[in-house]
Amino acid sequence: MEKEIIRGAEALMRSLMNEQVDTIFGYPGGSIMPVFDALYDHKEDFKQVLVRHEQGALHAAQGYARSSGKVGVCIVTSGPGATNTLTGIADAMLDSTPVVLIAGQVMSSVLGTDFFQEVDLVGVTQPIAKWSYQIRSAEDIAWAVSRAFYIARTGRPGPVVLDFCKNAQTSKVAFEPTKVDFIRSYVPYPKPDEKAIAEAAELINRAARPLVLVGQGVELANANEELKNFIEKANLPVGRTLLGLSALPSDHPLNMGMLGMHGNLGPNVNTNNCDVLIAVGMRFSDRVTGLVSTYAKQAKVIHLDIDPSEINKNVHADIPVIGDCKETLPLITALLENVDRKEWIDSFADYAAIEEEKAIRPAISPNGGPIRMGEVARRVSEATGNSAILVTDVGQNQMMSCRYFKFTKPHSVITSGGLGTMGFGLPAAIGATFGAPERTVCVFSGDGGLQMNIQEFGTIMEQGSPVKMILLNNNYLGNVRQWQEMFFNRRYSWTPMLNPDYNKIAEAYNIPSRTVSDRAELDDAIKEMLETKGAFLLHVAVMEEENIMPMTPPGASVNEMVFE
Amino acid sequence: MEKKLFTLIVYSENIAGLLNQVTAEFTRRQMNIETLNVSSSSIEGVHRYTITLWAEEETIKKVAKRIEKRIDVVKADYYTDKEIFMQEVALYKISTPKMLNNKQVSKIIRHNNARVLEINASYVLVEKTGKTEEIVTLYKEFVAEQCLLQYVKSGRVAITRDYNEDLSEQLFNEDAKRKGINR
Repeated sequence: MEKEIIRGAEALMRSLMNEQVDTIFGYPGGSIMPVFDALYDHKEDFKQVLVRHEQGALHAAQGYARSSGKVGVCIVTSGPGATNTLTGIADAMLDSTPVVLIAGQVMSSVLGTDFFQEVDLVGVTQPIAKWSYQIRSAEDIAWAVSRAFYIARTGRPGPVVLDFCKNAQTSKVAFEPTKVDFIRSYVPYPKPDEKAIAEAAELINRAARPLVLVGQGVELANANEELKNFIEKANLPVGRTLLGLSALPSDHPLNMGMLGMHGNLGPNVNTNNCDVLIAVGMRFSDRVTGLVSTYAKQAKVIHLDIDPSEINKNVHADIPVIGDCKETLPLITALLENVDRKEWIDSFADYAAIEEEKAIRPAISPNGGPIRMGEVARRVSEATGNSAILVTDVGQNQMMSCRYFKFTKPHSVITSGGLGTMGFGLPAAIGATFGAPERTVCVFSGDGGLQMNIQEFGTIMEQGSPVKMILLNNNYLGNVRQWQEMFFNRRYSWTPMLNPDYNKIAEAYNIPSRTVSDRAELDDAIKEMLETKGAFLLHVAVMEEENIMPMTPPGASVNEMVFE
Repeated sequence: MEKKLFTLIVYSENIAGLLNQVTAEFTRRQMNIETLNVSSSSIEGVHRYTITLWAEEETIKKVAKRIEKRIDVVKADYYTDKEIFMQEVALYKISTPKMLNNKQVSKIIRHNNARVLEINASYVLVEKTGKTEEIVTLYKEFVAEQCLLQYVKSGRVAITRDYNEDLSEQLFNEDAKRKGINR
């Protein structure tokens, strides 16, 4: 067959189509112009989303990826365009989000000359990306793009950077579609070890007080059903990490709540009471473990992970089960016995009762006073039938919405866990409306984080993205203020913030909005937000100095949560 | 935990920028590389890095896994000195007039089993292969005689005590498996 002779930029289009890409987030510029010129002829093939800042493009691609399970794609120019995406690359790496960034680069003949808008993108991104590669000739495009998508989506997913020299975009190539699905130095799906499977099952069968810790790995593997079968067969209580919240429906009887610094009391305290700890697709982040030297020392640890470098990284694993949990969970489940663990499971309820009294009721059903963050989150969740996608920014808004939102469907929580990126929420929510157009997308932000990428109101306006934005405004950088109150003698350094008129900003972008400061109006305002077609900004004036509780203070053990 | 000298042997595809990926794992922990040797391996297209550095075993264990995780790295293992054979090579440039005026200098060369590579009117080029201590001893002896003009020492090269390089087998097996899959 005669190969077609096309330009490099067009070869990129064909390669993206071969990867079933349907949406591209981006921002044009000098050294990527041939690619944007090619995109002009592919308006039917890709939804093309012009953001207002490249950081927004990367976060939008992350939101798209996490809501759809597909690879998010982002195209930007060289130099500042590329460096503006770095926060998103680092975020995607820590949270295992499959994205491919295609950035323009100067012509290969002038590399290293400090050319206009030249930056060593491969050098800069290598430590924070799963793979970085420079395309210097058009012949390389089909192979590099296919390899990029293969690496981004397989194994433990992550961000891939393609640094695309301008001469490779413009020169002609005899294009041949390529499919990379094997790299000899890369083992994305390690084969499960039968011995480890048998040992894990035996340990669980003998356990009197087992506890399962569920992370995002379950969602990334689409192993939600396999997880359910696993825990139900042997009556295993579950704690979920921040990123694993929707791996199991919130109302599942074996769900004991959220892990971590601001998680629920039961699963945190019982981490140090269990006899067998079974971690599934989670990485024992310091936010989960608290003081690691006192963490679950009494327990035998079984660690299921697809990434061998996670084993023994933070917490020693007595039985590592390396592999894809979609594969390993059923293998263990098959060997499990149905053991009644009622007494152990009931012990979580005692802690839940304490937390209900001391933290939950004051947060979601306060006796008067200003509106609390938690009650807004719970009411929005219930108004969507607990079926919405929750996107959050970072800080108190994140912890409160994750604590009080409820989940019934997989892939329903999109939040910046590892990097803790303020400004993540709004663009990620825009991306989620493209990744899961059939679902309601609610994004909770604080007044600090919203302003970090507020320019993306422009993208919402232009794309008509139906983002339901809930701004929890306490006139503070709330999480830092809470730490200043608790650990820095109430010295509120740089945390009180003079806010603009958010309704006016929304109006300037043609986004309907409403401000609520009276609890009596809250339900009606939420209803208005959800019934309004398209985007809506619900601006809620919340209690100024509310603290997220309970909390494992920094340096404290996982079972030492405080309520004030 | 006590820091020990470890030798890290890394095999990777021969791709530009790979060293940066390997050293990034040291940089982020501010670990200082003691010696570094990079060259082609016995397998075509595969490069071999021999890196020595002082570290706690817990750390080097994690670092090796992180390096092996890089897409184009085939394998990364760490060893203590007992688990490997190792050598370094050094070149010493000696002043010819000083050597002729000082009989001690040629004795030093013989006693240390060093080799003379080149002699001319102005300098003598001496080579020594051996362990770090042997090379440094020779260096100190030349310095004591005030005859040393230039000195350079290589990084360590090391070979494991295993019978062969199991790596080539591993790679070829992968390729064979691949052909069998026929996707």
